[in-house]
Amino acid sequence: MSVAVSIEQVEKRFGRLKALDGVSLQIDEGEFFGLLGPNGAGKTTLISCLAGLVRPDAGRLSVLGRDVVADYRAARTLLGIVPQELVFDPFFSVRETLRIQSGYFGIRNNDDWIDEILANLDLTSRADTNMRRLSGGMKRRVLVAQALVHKPPVIVLDEPTAGVDVELRQGLWQFVQRLNREGHTVILTTHYLEEAEALCGRIAMLKQGRVVALDTTSNLLARFAGHTLSVCLADNALLPEPLRGRATLSEGRWVFRLAGFAEIEPLLRTLREAGCGIDDLRLTQADLEDVFVGVMQGENDRESGKVADVSR
Amino acid sequence: MIGFRTLLYKELLRFWKVGFQTVAAPVLSALLYLLIFSHVLDEHVLVNGVRYAAFLIPGLVMMSLVQNAFANSSSSLIQSKITGSVVFVLLPPISYVEFFLAYVVAAVLRGLMVGLGVLVVTSWFAPLTYVAPLWILAFAILGGGILGAFGMIAGIWADKFDQLAGFQNFLIMPLTMLSGVFYSIHSLPQFWQQVSHLNPVFYMIDGFRYGFFGVSDVPPETSLIVVGASFLVVSVATLMLLRSGYKLRS
Ligand SMILES: Nc1ncnc2c1ncn2[C@@H]1O[C@H](COP(=O)(O)OP(=O)(O)O)[C@@H](O)[C@H]1O
Ligand SMILES: [Mg+2]
Repeated sequence: MSVAVSIEQVEKRFGRLKALDGVSLQIDEGEFFGLLGPNGAGKTTLISCLAGLVRPDAGRLSVLGRDVVADYRAARTLLGIVPQELVFDPFFSVRETLRIQSGYFGIRNNDDWIDEILANLDLTSRADTNMRRLSGGMKRRVLVAQALVHKPPVIVLDEPTAGVDVELRQGLWQFVQRLNREGHTVILTTHYLEEAEALCGRIAMLKQGRVVALDTTSNLLARFAGHTLSVCLADNALLPEPLRGRATLSEGRWVFRLAGFAEIEPLLRTLREAGCGIDDLRLTQADLEDVFVGVMQGENDRESGKVADVSR
Repeated sequence: MIGFRTLLYKELLRFWKVGFQTVAAPVLSALLYLLIFSHVLDEHVLVNGVRYAAFLIPGLVMMSLVQNAFANSSSSLIQSKITGSVVFVLLPPISYVEFFLAYVVAAVLRGLMVGLGVLVVTSWFAPLTYVAPLWILAFAILGGGILGAFGMIAGIWADKFDQLAGFQNFLIMPLTMLSGVFYSIHSLPQFWQQVSHLNPVFYMIDGFRYGFFGVSDVPPETSLIVVGASFLVVSVATLMLLRSGYKLRS
């Protein structure tokens, strides 16, 4: 499997602000990759560097082996970018917009594919409507369509579901997932963490221009947030002595936070040896929200630690 | 190549869709200038042996042509910058040379369209001759090209519509109005004649007018050299600006 996007030690300053502070990432072909981080973390700047809209001060970026500066034509042909800002050209209809965008990528007579995109994004009935007359959600979907006119192998969506209602979001994700199954690499930034959790195989978290977490979604969920085991004891029994203090009682259930699955067996053994019957038992995984908060919080602690070190 | 052609087509469609504003309106203003000035002056004035109304027409044509070429590229760029839709032309694999050519050719075509419109409606009012049509065409294209490229610089530099309006009102308007559209510079005092010789628009109009009447304030070859050189300088400046990514790619 080859590398779809390679980002090496990319730095970008805006005046005194360091928007990207040595970001390195490798995204393989066929991945569904999530780029998460609070507002201002540098996600859009990183995407803009990839797209050639922003010129990095240091570092290299390439798309399927094509350098985005030296070989920009090839790199841009391989990329489909859905910008974060809801922009549109007010002079044209939806179909005109898509035909023109196809032409920019060197494609003529693209109507079959345009029709297919329109159908998948539920825009067919709006094909001849002027862009000005579309609602925000529809404009957003046209932006997605514009990024796909040239069937780019690498698709980057910068907060594509902001302002799109739930029903349409589902449709959009079905389409993007289909493209991913067909082999397109997808890179996504979103504020909806449950979306990232459901869709992305791997996730990078960015904070203040640095990558602070990078792993598969399942590893992140396991490693950073762990699992919780909740048990409901028979006859509303109290926890045996050795386990008190390790659990919290919530709605009649004892909830244990686990650092790893290895803790489960000894825990159950202790209950058995104490003669406690179990009515119900549930193992739940913390969601990405917990991971995100945990990672960002951990970073804050580490930073304040650093500050303390310096002042010592 | 398809990228360039599509960008050119988009630029043409952009002004053509609002042709009433972008073509018909400037033709009407030029016609008003002609009616007013020729009514006042036509019976009394001969310029370089040409009746005033006839003398005025090529000047008006050229003035409208260059003003609209400038307006086309500058307003297209600033609009797409302000609305953000400029990303649609920055994301595709379009080179800066193609970008330059598409905007300049569109500006020239809009200029030619307006110029032809002015010529058609004004030529009813005075007999015109076309002594050297190739000179007419050469100056029309180069003049439109210079102002089209200059409009790109202005459109890239400006962040707001008022800044662009400043450019238009305090630079383009004076340069075109004071370039000999309405008079022969030989009728000016010595000092102002020399000042006029520093204005490239003067050479555009003088050379253009030569194509109609075969007479001009300076030899047409001189004008062609000045205008050609101006086109090269402005084009190179625009291309360098585009290559640097100034204000388009941060
Ligand atoms: N063109 C720019 N000029 C100055 N500062 C910028 C520019 N673009 C982004 N920034 C700053 O860089 C930081 C990262 O921004 P951005 O990449 O948009 O973050 P995100 O997309 O993660 O919310 C922010 O502090 C933002 O204000
Ligand atoms: Mg962003």
